Amino acid sequence: MAAPGAAATDLEVVRGKRAALFFAAVAILLGLPLWWKTTETYRAPLPYSQISGLNALQLRLTVPITVVFTRDSVPLDDQEKLPFTVVHERDIPLKYKMKIKCRFQKAYRRALEREEEALSLGSMQEAETVLAEPQKQAEGSLTVYVISENSSLLPQDMMSYIGPERTAVVRGITHREAFNIVGRRVIQVAQAMSLTEAVLAAALADHLPEDKWSSDKRRPLKSSLGYEITFSLLNPDPKSHDVHWDIEGAVRRYVQPFLSALSAAGNFSVDSQILYYAVLGVNPRFDPASSSYYLAAHSLPHVINPVESRLGSSAASLYPVLNFLLYVPELAHSPLYIQDKDGAPVATNAFHSPRWGGIMVYNVDPKAYNASELPVRVEVDMVQVMEVFLAQLRLLFGIAQPQMPLKCLFSGSKSEGLTTWELDRLLWARSVENVATATTTLTSLAQLLGKISNIVIKDDVASEVYRAVAAVQKAAEELASGHLASAFIASQEAVTSSERAFFDPSLLHLLYFPDDQKFAIYIPLFLPMAVPILLSLVKIFLETRKSWKKPQKTD
Amino acid sequence: MAAALPLAVLVLLLLGPVGRGHAEPPRDTLREELVITPLPSGDVAATFQFRTRWDSDLQREEVSHYRLFPKALGQLISKYSLRELHLSFTQGFWRTRYWGPPFLQAPSGAELWVWFQDSVTDVDKSWKELSNVLSGIFCASLNFIDSTNTVTPTASFKPLGLANGTDHSFLRYAVLPREVVCTENLTPWKKLLPCSSKAGLSVLLKADRLFHTSYHSQAVHIRPVCRNARCTSISWELRQTLSVVYDAFVTAQGKKDWSLFRMFSRTLTEPCPLASESRVYVDITSYNQDNETLEVNPPPTTTYQDVTLGTRKTYAIYDLLDMAVINSSRNLNLQLKWKSPPENGYVHYQPAQDRLQPHLLEMLIQLPANSATKVSIQFERALLKWTEYTPDPNHGFYISPSVLSALVPSVVAAKPVDWEESPLFKTLFPASDSSSHFVRLYTEPLLVNLPTPDFSMPYNVICLTCTVVAVCYGSFYNLLTRTFHIEEPSTGGLAKRLANLIRRARGVPPL
Repeated sequence: MAAPGAAATDLEVVRGKRAALFFAAVAILLGLPLWWKTTETYRAPLPYSQISGLNALQLRLTVPITVVFTRDSVPLDDQEKLPFTVVHERDIPLKYKMKIKCRFQKAYRRALEREEEALSLGSMQEAETVLAEPQKQAEGSLTVYVISENSSLLPQDMMSYIGPERTAVVRGITHREAFNIVGRRVIQVAQAMSLTEAVLAAALADHLPEDKWSSDKRRPLKSSLGYEITFSLLNPDPKSHDVHWDIEGAVRRYVQPFLSALSAAGNFSVDSQILYYAVLGVNPRFDPASSSYYLAAHSLPHVINPVESRLGSSAASLYPVLNFLLYVPELAHSPLYIQDKDGAPVATNAFHSPRWGGIMVYNVDPKAYNASELPVRVEVDMVQVMEVFLAQLRLLFGIAQPQMPLKCLFSGSKSEGLTTWELDRLLWARSVENVATATTTLTSLAQLLGKISNIVIKDDVASEVYRAVAAVQKAAEELASGHLASAFIASQEAVTSSERAFFDPSLLHLLYFPDDQKFAIYIPLFLPMAVPILLSLVKIFLETRKSWKKPQKTD
Repeated sequence: MAAALPLAVLVLLLLGPVGRGHAEPPRDTLREELVITPLPSGDVAATFQFRTRWDSDLQREEVSHYRLFPKALGQLISKYSLRELHLSFTQGFWRTRYWGPPFLQAPSGAELWVWFQDSVTDVDKSWKELSNVLSGIFCASLNFIDSTNTVTPTASFKPLGLANGTDHSFLRYAVLPREVVCTENLTPWKKLLPCSSKAGLSVLLKADRLFHTSYHSQAVHIRPVCRNARCTSISWELRQTLSVVYDAFVTAQGKKDWSLFRMFSRTLTEPCPLASESRVYVDITSYNQDNETLEVNPPPTTTYQDVTLGTRKTYAIYDLLDMAVINSSRNLNLQLKWKSPPENGYVHYQPAQDRLQPHLLEMLIQLPANSATKVSIQFERALLKWTEYTPDPNHGFYISPSVLSALVPSVVAAKPVDWEESPLFKTLFPASDSSSHFVRLYTEPLLVNLPTPDFSMPYNVICLTCTVVAVCYGSFYNLLTRTFHIEEPSTGGLAKRLANLIRRARGVPPL
């Protein structure tokens, strides 16, 4: 081969190599970023670290307690030390990832003149009316009055008294350790009136592992912004029974006062309906001994489903519905009684289903049949019915019967059927539940977004997430500083924002984009383009390695 | 429901003073009515109407207590401040030419029109939400109503009920013609009835019969009406109507007779105890021209004559609340027989089953002289399964020719034929009568173009484009990166080596 020809070919080869390298460079530097950019899904940045931080959040629930000492409740030299503040903090042992601490912050002070006067009155009722007059106490706070050891305000054998408002009275003591003893009594009373494990466990029932706390009976209605309450009268046999109920009066008289006391926990709307030919899904069994019919306890779960299709979901709102059914059994199946697990008839002839509502069976007085021909006119005794339904309503909201400490006198509920501190306790529980729900929602959203890279995250979804995170943190702060009302509002906002982000339909837009379809589209273009580039790169690489090795050999 | 627990309730509530509810006259009434009309074509139309009237102002009262009026709809009225709501679901088309004028026609598919109260500020938002809620209540695709299929008519669709102002900006109207009406729409509609489908006329509403009809239309109409003659206050009226047209020929093999049991596969057994009026009307007007007489069984006790839709009609009335109507035989199965002079027509129709058997329609007709007879059959084009298309689907699909077999009167009377003697062409068909001869004619096969989908168009486009790009790119790339140089023809190749091998074997010196 001639030398100049070889030189020309070498030049050509070098030029070819350069061109191939240039192609590769363009493809990598320009093509890849362009492809990446144009096929990218938009994902707004989210506060992932803050969300994972929420899981380790420490909830510190502060209950501000004002402890007021009357003149001779404790020894005089102890009274000199007043006022001061004692903090009593303890963990609430729940198998939950969030650490929850309960903190009773007791501010000790001396009684004012007015309070002294009130507590020296003859009876507790009078004392309460005088004490209640000045400004309202903040939600969640408690005031405990310590009276002298031998005061006649309480019956002699009673050590403490819990009122319907946020006040309690504790008997003092003249002893060297007076403050400690009184302090323990105050804590006892305060626990009964505010936070206990049971309350929090019921609130977190959904988030706790299955154990003794989350058994069926402790599962109150989920927290929501509002609730719809529907009273339905089921009359499966309108040919025999012409049933009338004065539901309007009953709602006005018994339900509305209770709901207006509860109004801090959400909006309530009440309506009622009468459903004819609506039957229970279970055939009751006949008991020849008492010539009556029975619904056994184990068959009760099957009662609800067939009825539910007739109830009609509430079309006009998204709030959860609580159903209260009054069932007047048909003539062929009356009287009808509900049996409990032991086979004994239930006194109220009613049962409830957690998170759904309650059913009461209302038997027609058998004397009515003799008097007149069918249909028999039946007037429902609304007092009897509403007693049951209101008790069920309390249970469904998780307002359990208060557990009183020993030797404690309980004033009983107000006329609405709800004490103020029971409402506070409900708000505590709801706030904690809301914080837990929002945290779970945010965590699973973050997990989901991390796992599936096809999900688009729009800016408004991101802003909802930020808002929810901020609201959770605010709720935790407010809980720690003992502002229950604002904590509850913040926790509601957290739930609303987090759910709105989680259920935003824009998350689903590009979700179904399987890999095989992607390859089917990319391969016809990418394969013919990539193969020559790769081949020439391999060739260049091999040649350079050869030319690198060659000089070594000559050495 | 997870579990239900018996509840032991402690009476802990201090309930207030008790006042007995004083009995007041029922504020809501229910009337139900069924009109059965034999149609001129031989079909039978049945129109149900259920009317619930509620003497209450839904918009004012805060807590609502429902008795006969369904709660789901009542809540809508108060939440969305409705003045009127008209919703209909229809399958099929009312053929006025054959069936005469309808009581209330509705367009095929779903139709919704609503008048809002003038207190509504954002009508479009309420309309959107309302259509979504109705979609949920009636299990229909009403949620597809949006601004693209909503109109605000200005002249038509005046309020049907009590109205003091007609500002058309509060009216919205939408039709979804593609909506398919089926059982899932009927079930929620039935649930709105106070007697559900347990008693009264609603017993007849059995889905599998109601949808085997040529026309099915169910509707809900809500409107305010005057409570009394002087119209001092308003009541709300809910009318639920359902009209069906039974195809008499398919269900009764060409006979025009019908009975309740044959139409609905149910009979009436008891009146709805909640209804203040429950009646069946049967149209017994003799509109016939050819001496047909009809006989209704059991014979009606009363009849009702009036001018409806421009013609004088006679109706037989059966009042279900009248004990005598049902008590005689425990149930009421209305039957209607047509007594007509014997007809020599014969129609046999065997409907097709997809992928199993074709349609068969046989008709025996006596044709008048010098007349043209047209038999037309309507069909719908449908998409086949993609494996069922022939290799050239665009050619079309053949439908076998129709056959006409006729005995044609001969002009000249022929002699009786001796089968063995006469020419063979005369004995193809047996001739029973010398005055007529037999002819069998075939029409042309019909070539029908079915819609053919393009199965792979998008992928083809992608592949084609990519291939073009790849080819251009490939040649460009080759031109730029390859080096071309002339190579000396080499001295030996595979062919030469092979030739040498053979030569060695032959003992010939190699090349």
